[in-house]
Amino acid sequence: MVNRDLLPDGAAVGSDRIDDRAPRKSLASAGFGSPGEDVTVRRIDLNDALIRHPQSTFVMRAAGEAMAGAGISNGDVLLVDRALTPEHGHVVIAALEGELTCRRLHQQHGLMKLQAAGPGHADMVAGEGAQLEVWGVVTTVIKTLVG
Amino acid sequence: MLALVDANNMYVSCERVFAPRLTGRPVVVLSSNDGACIARSNEAKELGIEMAQPWFQVKHLVRSAGLIAVSANFELYSDMSARMMAVAGRFAPRQQIYSIDECFLDFDGVRGDLVAIGRQLRAAVLREVGLPTSIGFAATKTLAKLANHVGKTAERRPGSYPACLAQVCSFGALDPTDLDAVFGATDVGAVWGVGRRIGAKLREQGVKTVLEFVRADAATIRKQFSVVLEKTLLELRGTSCLDMSDVDDAPTARQQILVSRSFGKAITDPAGIIEAVSEFASRAAEKLRHQDSAAGAVGVFFTTSPFRPNDRQHSVNVTRPLVRPTADTRLLVATAVHAARREFRAGFNYAKAGVILLDLQPASQHQGELDLCSSDEGCTPAAKDRTALMAAMDVLNRRFGRDSVRIGSATLASHDTDVRSWATRQERRSPRYTTRWDEMPVVKA
Repeated sequence: MVNRDLLPDGAAVGSDRIDDRAPRKSLASAGFGSPGEDVTVRRIDLNDALIRHPQSTFVMRAAGEAMAGAGISNGDVLLVDRALTPEHGHVVIAALEGELTCRRLHQQHGLMKLQAAGPGHADMVAGEGAQLEVWGVVTTVIKTLVG
Repeated sequence: MLALVDANNMYVSCERVFAPRLTGRPVVVLSSNDGACIARSNEAKELGIEMAQPWFQVKHLVRSAGLIAVSANFELYSDMSARMMAVAGRFAPRQQIYSIDECFLDFDGVRGDLVAIGRQLRAAVLREVGLPTSIGFAATKTLAKLANHVGKTAERRPGSYPACLAQVCSFGALDPTDLDAVFGATDVGAVWGVGRRIGAKLREQGVKTVLEFVRADAATIRKQFSVVLEKTLLELRGTSCLDMSDVDDAPTARQQILVSRSFGKAITDPAGIIEAVSEFASRAAEKLRHQDSAAGAVGVFFTTSPFRPNDRQHSVNVTRPLVRPTADTRLLVATAVHAARREFRAGFNYAKAGVILLDLQPASQHQGELDLCSSDEGCTPAAKDRTALMAAMDVLNRRFGRDSVRIGSATLASHDTDVRSWATRQERRSPRYTTRWDEMPVVKA
């Protein structure tokens, strides 16, 4: 039973502030303690920093250079959020003819199309016989420089 | 008012989220040994493929009808389930996760148009997670299940019910005449807890539809069938007999076994999580043996409380396939503990944990194999002994290094071993898109 309303108050005290409930060193211990020993601080967590909606965020890898003009290269890791409403100008993942594809969304004057950010790729226009469905919005690109 | 939220063809729908080419095509998901169809897309159902039908019987449809078969990918389904449940849980004050693809929501005290709320919920799960769901609203669990069935059928078979009941169906919104019409158009076998055998017996006695069943005499039903079926009848009349807070209060054998609990006090150390996970796995194993099943995979989850926004949030949800199905407490506990130990991260206030046993099959289908501890008499040590055994193991591992002692390490589905043993048996498994860094979806750019 996931009885969320029964989670007692005070069940999970804590915040992003320094945790004063951390175990303290016994006063009887000899020698110099490390000044940091009786407090715990929280290191930056990339999940917290980069993912606004954990339930709807998915991690994907780009294959190809068609989005190089948008800063996305072959092998880059993308964070894709399905909870965001796709807007004109967003880089999105779309389901195109059965394949997940990364493109920039052009959505103006009732016209919806997907554009590559690089030469040599034709626009894909909705309604021209092609099934076009936006899967999610790319929020973040992660580039690994030194593996 | 209760709601049952249920993902349509859950396993197939999970596969389709990451492989859009599967959309609109007949797809089946095969059990862990690739032996039987455990999920079917609507298109596969239209081909006449039955639930649990052996693969060899339908294999020819690959050529003749374009059937696509994939092996079960429980890691993926389990993670998608966690996402779906989190979204659905936002809409009601109380949620009971009933299985990997369904949860009950209690809307007691919620004002407003529930059908409209249901449509918003359905749209949110579809948009945010990618899974299509059906939702049934009614006064009792059995009625909510039936409303869900009606909503699903109305969508899949246009004309079977009024179109306005498709996807989101509320019995509470129907007047008595319309509800009778729905009951009259529904086979009694569709009722939760009736099933094939009891359904046949009821039909012999002239009770063919839900309407005829609802009008049957309760005392006679109890005498000729059971108290359980009488409860089902009372539930259909609107009298609640199944406890909202008890997952096991169900009229039929379960396809997954889930044991979970919110902690009275947040758990912050690995020992606490491991203790909880051990206990849940033991209880789940007992339930498993009680219904004479064996599990093919073990899922473990623990999470912080989303209702404590000042806490940093962290959720773990992992599923470990077993090399062969088992009902052995020690094996199940070891697998769950191993997974929990691997995934634990310090610095979080964990508020809830659980263990889910998946890929259940009859224990009698066990492979003939020398297993010194497969009988119930031999492998149900008293709880005390088991705890002592686990404790001893932990002490040894602490002293001599992690994993010095493992229970049945040859059969433990660890991260290292499952890759090899699993790959050979699951030839068609899709990547574990959301739980493995090196298996994330690749998009054309």
